[in-house]
Amino acid sequence: MKPPVFKYLRVASVQEAVSVLAEYGGEAKILAGGQSLVPMMNFRVAQPAVLVDINPVKELDYIRPQDGWLRIGARTRQRSLERTPEVAQKCPLLAAAVKWIGHPQIRNRGTIGGSLVHGDPTAELALVATLLDAELTIQGKGKSRTVGPADFFEGVMATRIDEDEILTQVSFPVIPPRSGYGFRELCIRHGDFAIVAAAAQITLGENGRYAAARVAVSGAGAKALRIRGAEEVLVGEIGSAQVLDAAAARVPGEVEPIGDLKGSEAYRREMAKVFVRRALEDAWSMVKEN
Amino acid sequence: MSETLTIRLRVNGVEYERAVEPRLLLSDFLRESLGLTGTHVGCEHGICGCCTVLVDGATVRSCLMFAVQADGAEITTIEGLAQGGKLHPLQEAFWDQHALQCGFCTPGMLFSAMELLRENPQPTDPEIREGIAGTICRCTGYHHIIEAVKSAAQKMAEESK
Amino acid sequence: MPQTAPASAIKKWVGQSIRRTEDRLLLTGKGQFLDDMKLPGMYHAAVLRSPYPHAIIKSVDASEALTMPGVRGVLTGEDVGRMSSPFPQAVEEPLEYYCIAVDRARYVGEGIAVVVAEDRYLAEDALQAIRVEYEPLPPVVDVEKAVEEGAPILHPKLGTNIINHRDLRYGDPEAAFAQADVIVGEKFFFPKYSSTPMETFAVIAQYEPIEDIITIWSNFQGPFTMHPVSVAALRTAENRLRFIVPPDIGGAFGIKSSMFPQMVMTALAAKKTGVPVKYIEDRMEHLMSSSSGTDRVTYIEAAARKDGTILGIRKKEMDNVGGYLRSPEPACMYRSTGNQLGPYTIKNLAWDAYVVMTNKCPTGPNRGYGCQQLYFEMERIIDLLADRLAMDPAEIRRKNLIPTDQFPYTTPTGGIYDAGDYVACLDMALQKADYAKLRQEQEKARKKGRLVGIGLATVVDPSVTNIGYITVAYTPEFRSSKKFNPKSGSGETAVVKMDPLGQVSVIINTVPEGQGHETIVAQIVADELTISPDDVRVVSGMDTFTRFWSITTGTYSSRFASVGASAVAMAARKVKEKLLKIAAHQLEVDLDDLELVGGFIQVRGAPERRLSIRRVSGLAHWNQWGLPEGMEPGIHASYTYNFPCSTPPDADDRVDSSATYSFIADLACVEIDPETGQVEIKKYVTVHDCGSIINPKIVEGQIYGSFVHGLGGAFYEEMAYDESGQYLAGSFVDYMCPTAVEAPELIIGHVETPSPLTVLGSKGCGESCTMSVPVCLANAVADALKPLGATINRLPLKPHDIWQLIQDGTSSSAPKDARKRK
Repeated sequence: MKPPVFKYLRVASVQEAVSVLAEYGGEAKILAGGQSLVPMMNFRVAQPAVLVDINPVKELDYIRPQDGWLRIGARTRQRSLERTPEVAQKCPLLAAAVKWIGHPQIRNRGTIGGSLVHGDPTAELALVATLLDAELTIQGKGKSRTVGPADFFEGVMATRIDEDEILTQVSFPVIPPRSGYGFRELCIRHGDFAIVAAAAQITLGENGRYAAARVAVSGAGAKALRIRGAEEVLVGEIGSAQVLDAAAARVPGEVEPIGDLKGSEAYRREMAKVFVRRALEDAWSMVKEN
Repeated sequence: MSETLTIRLRVNGVEYERAVEPRLLLSDFLRESLGLTGTHVGCEHGICGCCTVLVDGATVRSCLMFAVQADGAEITTIEGLAQGGKLHPLQEAFWDQHALQCGFCTPGMLFSAMELLRENPQPTDPEIREGIAGTICRCTGYHHIIEAVKSAAQKMAEESK
Repeated sequence: MPQTAPASAIKKWVGQSIRRTEDRLLLTGKGQFLDDMKLPGMYHAAVLRSPYPHAIIKSVDASEALTMPGVRGVLTGEDVGRMSSPFPQAVEEPLEYYCIAVDRARYVGEGIAVVVAEDRYLAEDALQAIRVEYEPLPPVVDVEKAVEEGAPILHPKLGTNIINHRDLRYGDPEAAFAQADVIVGEKFFFPKYSSTPMETFAVIAQYEPIEDIITIWSNFQGPFTMHPVSVAALRTAENRLRFIVPPDIGGAFGIKSSMFPQMVMTALAAKKTGVPVKYIEDRMEHLMSSSSGTDRVTYIEAAARKDGTILGIRKKEMDNVGGYLRSPEPACMYRSTGNQLGPYTIKNLAWDAYVVMTNKCPTGPNRGYGCQQLYFEMERIIDLLADRLAMDPAEIRRKNLIPTDQFPYTTPTGGIYDAGDYVACLDMALQKADYAKLRQEQEKARKKGRLVGIGLATVVDPSVTNIGYITVAYTPEFRSSKKFNPKSGSGETAVVKMDPLGQVSVIINTVPEGQGHETIVAQIVADELTISPDDVRVVSGMDTFTRFWSITTGTYSSRFASVGASAVAMAARKVKEKLLKIAAHQLEVDLDDLELVGGFIQVRGAPERRLSIRRVSGLAHWNQWGLPEGMEPGIHASYTYNFPCSTPPDADDRVDSSATYSFIADLACVEIDPETGQVEIKKYVTVHDCGSIINPKIVEGQIYGSFVHGLGGAFYEEMAYDESGQYLAGSFVDYMCPTAVEAPELIIGHVETPSPLTVLGSKGCGESCTMSVPVCLANAVADALKPLGATINRLPLKPHDIWQLIQDGTSSSAPKDARKRK
């Protein structure tokens, strides 16, 4: 399973990268961690004519708290997210989710940008980005834009980014005080792609009621989905098993699962609900503790 | 003819300079170009772990990297684990505990165990299992590998005192 | 070394868990696997494979491929049809099976053409330039559909997809069923999966035209029956086809028994192109187009008295061998003939055996070798019987297990169980599991609505193959005809030699694949010659030109500890005898006056009169005049160990298909998460009797390793096809091997009943848990789901399968073999 021939270009800056992408357009593919792209090339299901190696682009390797956000360079390794204290402190849901990504060897090379652009519908980072309304900064030659998950994730392996653009930064909002979170994943073996995964974050208001709630699930649709109905149920309520049950009960109606060998439509629909409930339980426990 | 690029890198402490085609996988480069056949190829899609090496100190699946990407890198393969004829405590422990049978996945097991112990010098059994789960073994059933990692952890902790 | 070492102080190496001699090389990356080998001027092969499950190959045009960079040549099906003959079969039916497809592709992934190029990268580039014209034909992958009226026929000359059928009858099953108080029946489906060694098939072939010699280096594991099979295909002679196997093989598990087509293919590629050719199977090829065990549909009934005595078994089995019957198939069906009724005193069996071809990859031995299929249906039906009779599954087994005082025990199907204490194993398993307490805890848990289950399995683990078993595929009438040449035997040869300076070497042909043969052999010979294992050099690998070998040579069917170890011990004893004779002559004493102690041959009672074995060996080389009259110079001995009980099947289709029979008693306790269908293994006890244990740690390693293979078959692994014959598990993403996180800890127990048939009393242990674990876990899951009225009759059990059963509360009777793509 050897990869096909390609032209190899190594770039050391964002400017160089966008320049090369502008030149080669649709023929070029960015090589970041390679953990998704290279297997596809070895299977010859991906045969890019040009590979643009952005591993030397150090300017995209950073984790910076700024103005209530955690700003992360797209070329930041998943292992850095796992190990950097700022992530665990400011965006603990992200730190929790990263541990579910494959295995250490994958996280040593895999990047946050690569994972997000790849568009796997069950990817942990996409789920967290969707849950927290992350901001994605995309640059091209002479252009730059920042979008939210709804304008970025389109469907299975499909993300809205042009041939001459590169994702440069992902920003996650710092977790508000008096918040709890949960991240739960159903997979057959440790490190596998998720069958379904659920993430939740709830924030307690002054009056002891939930001031904010975020609920998202992946594996029950073409991309990660916010479960607005569950969020509506939770906001303004005091936490209880019944409230959490009611929130989870909204999941089956809002997801559009695609059945396959790892899980039928019915199974995914039900598991989305079960795992949202479990993630909410975790979030609720955390809120109660603090 | 396909274009080649010249790369310079260090493998097990030895400097190499070679001209390689961009698509040459690091696993094939190590095995064929450098004759270091201790790194094994089991799947070429990044799951089995048999091709694991250290690149700049971190475990990497060498089947998912191109040799051209290793320009300027410091690589350690299984051949480079024993220093001056002395086995690494993990190698010694694997030997004592019968943690290998056919030996094909052993590079993956050794390196991922090494990385685990660097991060977590006294791991629990579940932590060890998680730490080596990125390498598949079809011979041992994993039990003796867990025992070996525990035993090495103990030895390494004593040695570092 | 003390001058007069008393006999009792001499260390006994056999029985000790010494560190392996293989490991230092493997741990430092110095193993010698086939792909590590290079020949000067060597090229590389890549194979174009059929995207269709069933198609006529109308044309193959390699002209463009031949012009591509680095391409040396292309081998097509037409070449193969011209340059080789079909592989000989184990059956009489005319079946044409070549190393790649000649006129028709019969499974997705079947080889169509082979490109030979300077490297594998260039070879794969050229594959894309080969133009093939296919005429797709309707496929069939379901074994029951394949025998229906109007089913697509894979081999038109045959007119049917049934490549073999025997309706076998032992005892009086009709009477047994007529007398029964209770009859339970069920349909079972066993999946297609493989042990997938981490090292794939690897071959280097070279053709030397002047002497007309083909040399094939490969990680082939035997049996070397495949040598004459390949000779026939390559239209050559046995002394012109050289099989060489390197010292290290990265796991084989039976799968590397079936690689001779890839070996022949590479040889033909080398012959056509005139250069040495290396072919390394990649993982996608290994998962899609190499080998696996059979999937099987079984209809089985058990007849019993109401006290739980099982009177008889009646069954129809349909094994799916894929697009061709590839030797040694129909092994998966008949290999277990002798132990067909397991460890029980059941006397009556009606066994309707169908071997069926469908558009799937061909099958072959897979660790467990047909026993996991057999015991799945047996141990499940016994549990169903226990349910019907409201009997404890341990008690119904105890009632029917062969009593300890009945060994050696001859089964109705001809197996001769050499030694065993089945009841003791079952008792030990129950005791280690704290069975009564487990059941109490289960009661409490059930009251809270938790799904906790306990499952058992008691199985006979046959080791060593008597190749006579395969002729059960023929009718007794045919076997007694003049056309027929009987088959029988199970031999293995070992050579022990001592060199002029007195060093001991042992040459074994068992081509180890991780089982530690070299270490075990060193232990055995060290004991026989009273030296240290460090003083024994063991040479493994294989070479048909230079070694003494036979068709049974190799490692498969857990035979090493039985026949391999015995051959080594006997060869060492021959060497010892020769040394003693020389010493007796030198010291001018009677042979009986000598004893071997601590590496010295000394006179009993006068130990100061002695000679080291090194000295004696040196004498045999350097001074032949000093030898007893008529004795050959030098010190070397070969011994081929065979079992006299390895005879051909008799006129009643009875055959002792193995030689030594181990036993396993397993108990699993699981809990199912009712919300998700996920299974947690809370406890797993496995008690083994593999006779005298030579190296306990190595045996433990085999138990843990075989357990995980069995676990894979139970919950994770399947080589799945959809209804249209498309293959669905072509990568390790979809084909899921358990990782360290999925593998539970085991509680292991041992009972040792030495075999009277082997020199050391050892029996095989290499396959063990692969046979018991799938059904033990299935029984536990079934027990967990009992309150819901669901039952288990198929594997693997993925969480969503179990979840669906919980939703339905019914059994999943329809085998999901032919899947609709959603």
